[in-house]
Amino acid sequence: MMSWNGKKERRHLRSGRQVTLPFLKSVEIAVKSIRARFFRSFITLLSLVLAISFYSYVSVNTILLQGILLSDDFPGVERLVQEGDGALDPANDPKQRWILFLSLLVCVVGIVNTQLMAVTERFREIGTMKCLGALDRFILRLFLIEATIQGVIGAAAGALLGTLVSLLWSVARFGSHLFMVISWPDIALSMVWAMGLGCLLSVIGVLYPALVAARMQPVEAMRGRE
Amino acid sequence: MEGTSRIVRVVEVKKDFPMGKGVIRVLKGIDLSILAGEYISIMGPSGSGKSTLFNMIGGLDKPSSGAVYIDEVDIAQLDAYELAWLRCRKIGYIFQTFNIIQVMTALENVTLPMVFAGVSPMDATKKGMELLDMVGLKERFNHKPSELSGGQQQRVAVARALANDPSIILADEPTGNLDVTTGGEIIDLLKMLSIEKRVTVISATHDFKMLNVSDRVVWVEDGRIDRIENRDELSISMGEIGER
Repeated sequence: MMSWNGKKERRHLRSGRQVTLPFLKSVEIAVKSIRARFFRSFITLLSLVLAISFYSYVSVNTILLQGILLSDDFPGVERLVQEGDGALDPANDPKQRWILFLSLLVCVVGIVNTQLMAVTERFREIGTMKCLGALDRFILRLFLIEATIQGVIGAAAGALLGTLVSLLWSVARFGSHLFMVISWPDIALSMVWAMGLGCLLSVIGVLYPALVAARMQPVEAMRGRE
Repeated sequence: MEGTSRIVRVVEVKKDFPMGKGVIRVLKGIDLSILAGEYISIMGPSGSGKSTLFNMIGGLDKPSSGAVYIDEVDIAQLDAYELAWLRCRKIGYIFQTFNIIQVMTALENVTLPMVFAGVSPMDATKKGMELLDMVGLKERFNHKPSELSGGQQQRVAVARALANDPSIILADEPTGNLDVTTGGEIIDLLKMLSIEKRVTVISATHDFKMLNVSDRVVWVEDGRIDRIENRDELSISMGEIGER
């Protein structure tokens, strides 16, 4: 509902010449678009799920290892110490960080790419909406809401996947004693972080494509024969 | 025609498009007045500037020089909000490719312009059903475009164009993607609307059936208006075509 042109908008409100799109209605349209293009949404999501699950995997691993180190007489601590710094604190290992950064970057690039394609596919739809009276920011908002919903779903799936894999792997490695030393609140917190990061990546990825879509001229709706 | 207002006035409109280093002069000075309630067809070969003129009238493009007045308002002076308002409330668009929004049902497509116009959902649904009833698709309100035939989709588009009681309907080759019978039905529907609702219908077309129902036909040739024919003059030339 934010407007970068508040003064002008108020003027139009006074003159009764405003066009509107209620927030709930935009959410409704966004959900419909995602459901109607399930396969494309799925592909967009996939890179997000993988990147976020990797992020989750690394951070949960760190939490688990720290839990192990802080507890006394946990079998296997000696082995960990022998393996060195990287194994003790994966999130602070420069190599691990670099890989993590790259995976998130690739994920954003992937999202930009698929979203740009989605925008091109929907040029006619966007042009038609503009012919029916949609403002640039309606289109922008639709894409941002879609990306946020996709981000929440993808990041939740990714966080679950990463956490599960990390837990299973660690249990396989250290045995079920592990459950005694796990700090569940920390794990929950890391999942929340992962989900926030996922939404952020999804929204960053859609910004440019959404701007392209919003600036499109309505005359495009007249062109382009399929 | 005394007392009838001029709903669209095109004055000395020229339009250039940059092309490489030079410019292409697509419209070379067009003057045209369209009266409220008229049924106008714009004819011309492709490349004649027909589509450009048509887009100007619809507020989709701005002239390089000259002015287009809709309801005596110069559309070049409007900002983005006012243009959106104009498209939403004053003009109804019908496209050759129907352009029904694929993810929405027939009813949702028809009510979308009313949502933009700030009509309450209940009123919008009621009006939407009335419009679908009028175009003969009341039973199919809940169908997606993919479940409708081309002619039915175009009927939905006609209903959608009428959602906010516009004073102008702009139809770009509305029968171009339809077979002869279905195209004829759409033309009859448009003619009926122009008579019953006093809507100004402006269409760009190649369809000679469309000429039969037009009050006036504007022939565009090489960026200029070649001639404007009234319907009575037209039926003679139609006869000639028929005799060949």
